[in-house]
Amino acid sequence: MPLLEIRNLAVEFQTHRGPFRAVDGVDLTLEPGELLGVVGESGSGKSVTMLAVMGLIAWPGKVTADVMRFDGIDLMSLSDSDRRKIVGKDIAMIFQEPMTSLNPSFSVGYQIMETLAVHEGGSRRERRRRTIELLEQVGIPAAASRLDSFPHQLSGGMCQRVMIAMAIACNPKLLIADEPTTALDVTIQAQILDLLVSLSRERNMAMVLITHDMGVVAETAQRVMVMYASQQVEEQPAERLFEQPRHPYTAALLEALPERALEKRLNTIPGVVPGIADRPSGCVFNPRCNFAQERCRIEQPLLEPKLGARVRCHFPIRGDVS
Amino acid sequence: MSAVAAATLAPDTATKPVLEARDLQRHYRIGRGWLRQAATLKAVAGASFSLTAGRTLAVVGESGCGKSTLARMITMIERPTAGHLMIDGTDIVDADKQQLHVLRPKVQMVFQDPYGSLNPRKQVGQILSEPLEINTDKSGKERMEIARAMMARVGLRPEFYTRYPHMFSGGQRQRIAIARALILNPKIVVADEPVSALDVSIRAQVLNLLMDLQAEFNLAYLFISHDLSVVRHIADELMVMYLGRPVEQGPKQVIFAEPRHPYTQALLAATPSVDPKARSKRLTVKGELPSPIDPPPGCAFHRRCPFATEVCGIERPELRSFAGRMVACHHAEKTL
Amino acid sequence: MTDITLPAAEPVSRPISPSREVWLSLKANKGAMAGLIVIVLLVIAAVFADIIAPYHYAQVFKECVVEVCPPAWREGSDPRFILGTDAVGRDLWSRLIHGSRYSLFIGSIVVTISLAAGILFGLLSGFFRGTIDILIMRAMDIILSVPSLLLALAIVAILGSGLLNAMIAVAITYIPHYARLARAAVLTELPKDYVTASRVAGAGTLRLMLNTVLPNCLAPLIVQATLSFSTAILDAAALGFLGYGAQAPTPEWGTMLADARSLIRSMPWVVTLPGLAILITVLAFNLLGDGLRDALDPKLKR
Repeated sequence: MPLLEIRNLAVEFQTHRGPFRAVDGVDLTLEPGELLGVVGESGSGKSVTMLAVMGLIAWPGKVTADVMRFDGIDLMSLSDSDRRKIVGKDIAMIFQEPMTSLNPSFSVGYQIMETLAVHEGGSRRERRRRTIELLEQVGIPAAASRLDSFPHQLSGGMCQRVMIAMAIACNPKLLIADEPTTALDVTIQAQILDLLVSLSRERNMAMVLITHDMGVVAETAQRVMVMYASQQVEEQPAERLFEQPRHPYTAALLEALPERALEKRLNTIPGVVPGIADRPSGCVFNPRCNFAQERCRIEQPLLEPKLGARVRCHFPIRGDVS
Repeated sequence: MSAVAAATLAPDTATKPVLEARDLQRHYRIGRGWLRQAATLKAVAGASFSLTAGRTLAVVGESGCGKSTLARMITMIERPTAGHLMIDGTDIVDADKQQLHVLRPKVQMVFQDPYGSLNPRKQVGQILSEPLEINTDKSGKERMEIARAMMARVGLRPEFYTRYPHMFSGGQRQRIAIARALILNPKIVVADEPVSALDVSIRAQVLNLLMDLQAEFNLAYLFISHDLSVVRHIADELMVMYLGRPVEQGPKQVIFAEPRHPYTQALLAATPSVDPKARSKRLTVKGELPSPIDPPPGCAFHRRCPFATEVCGIERPELRSFAGRMVACHHAEKTL
Repeated sequence: MTDITLPAAEPVSRPISPSREVWLSLKANKGAMAGLIVIVLLVIAAVFADIIAPYHYAQVFKECVVEVCPPAWREGSDPRFILGTDAVGRDLWSRLIHGSRYSLFIGSIVVTISLAAGILFGLLSGFFRGTIDILIMRAMDIILSVPSLLLALAIVAILGSGLLNAMIAVAITYIPHYARLARAAVLTELPKDYVTASRVAGAGTLRLMLNTVLPNCLAPLIVQATLSFSTAILDAAALGFLGYGAQAPTPEWGTMLADARSLIRSMPWVVTLPGLAILITVLAFNLLGDGLRDALDPKLKR
């Protein structure tokens, strides 16, 4: 049984320019212990998708889905109080800005113990022991002496480690990491990514890594989902995706990377991501696509298995996997 | 030592550098509460480099390495505490107000965050013509013509002249910022992480634009970045900084082909890559970045360094010429 | 080469100018719109007071002194005087209409003086920090440490009573609020890149202050100005009530209230109506101020 199963997820916001679909028709299956990367440019809906899973979409936003099941529990029909029992315990999340995700008024030890108290209970001493253990697991040196530190006394990397400790405190089955290393320095980013991958392996904890950095996904994820303008355009195992992208958008994105550049002038994707008002008919990518044909302008492609990938394109890029 | 640095940095260009720094330093005094003594923070503790027209020097490093302070000194927002900084032949360390006023238009800057770097209350046209208004005596009409021409040059429709920054996307805003930097015909452009806030596809557009403009106007770029894949693409020379000091500097090809400072190696290894072949074995350095207020004795990197020996904790390595580049490491011979 | 980069710059869909965006957001706020309507009516009343008011504010009707003329809803009212007359036989309706002039005048003068001085002090201490900052801000703290009405009374005692002096006194007590707001706004704006960009372009301090930074600090100041418009009216009314502000027969609402306070049992409308006028005006400005805060704050943070 898959850990997370989503069919046709949509999130709609009312704006004063009319309704806006921030997420449109996302299908997703995640096995226990699997490491999924979600990439896309800003505004592509990658974060909103995962916030919807967490049930964190605030009032004007409307979440609809044919199926949204976590560990056999239907998330759509769940009451708020039942959902709270799962979120934070079985599904945990870490964010981009570690400094602001922690409450500046409480010591880090207190904040982790509080999480434990809410979901696990146990005596004060027991919780304290667990907290030290957790801080050690996420690689914080001299963990016991850090319990009384406040977030502003720690560096960004240390704060992110504390956030991770808090997230794994209740042994979640799924950890959602939303741009966990974007605010960090390169050498610290490498440390945090290593930590996340090893935690996921050790605990058989599934992880969804949301990022805009193709390199980060390539080095950590097993499977990658690419999002563009609220839609999921491609999904493939990581290695194959970077070797043989099937969707023209993924291919163009990879070609735009300086490290893939063959000459001084970089490849670019012409045009801009469509906004609320100017969504094209047919395929959302057709105005910027080099391979677009008549059919792409009229008929919206479905997310279908083609050429060994799941891709939302009428004419996916052929070419042999070497 | 600094003369050597200048020589190795620009071996193939006989032209006079537009920018030359010798042992540049910038210190800050910072209070640490009532009870503790004020400390000296050496944000830049001695950097020497030079930059010639049409070339790009990339400054690479993580937070606290002094790259932003370097930018503030070169753009003359802050005065160096010690050392020399020659811009187009004039040393700004002892320049008077009048000289600074003449020098200012020659150095312009592009910032990281395209949302913060444009005044939200000003129309694009006003933003672009402000530098002309301050530095030239051109009429309003002339200023508008120049601004419109510059908008067209960076790929913005001149009709957008009266629009406000919030009506543009991130990439377009960065084009506006670039247009503003170029409107005074500067010789040097300091680009402080100009593409790190942009999405991949937009990043490529802006990098192309920067390269085109460099070729067209023979600009010298000081390109500050933490992203080595971008630096590898755009730079001619490289200066890797750690805690206020350059640890390795020299031609890009040389350093990327064979980094000799352990920190440069660590940075390269930590930069994620989409190609499995390009991935070197992960040399994850341990530990945190040290605080510049309280730097470690000896080599600033020794506590995180896999090659560190006793001498590294005692004696600070000086930059020395080695294998075609400058490197500040006691064990540069052994780091391969 | 030029044409390669051009196609990237597509127009952004339907731009809305910042001022228009504020207006749209304000329009959606019912309370603010009600406040705005009342204020517009007040301004009309003030401007055309001579035409709208049936009588001059000081015109005495002797017949109403002998026998009291109550307002229209009371028995024995005189159809000429809708709101009745006061103790000395002057038409209350006319006096109230003329009074709107004083209230708006007081509000705008007080706000202008305190806003201008506050912005000046705020900019100076935010830009120069150090000794100037300490001097200005401690002076502001001293002003704030004295109850504002007491301070205003003290200033009026020095300057002498009268409407103008009362306004100056009230204005002085408001300066610290603006100075603090302006300073805080300057301190948040100064480190931003656009300010640095102006510096790199060679802008001098004066230009940075007035042209670059100030326009971005105005949002909280506008809100504060609207809100303190109403407190200015209240404080000036209080001074008038205590006899230090406008002097009789000026139809200033606070003074009118004070003059009639002994009649609260016999002629309650003479006390109630000026009080009501103050209440409505103050409420209108507060509603508008709240609306402006909502309209200005979140939008400009983006």
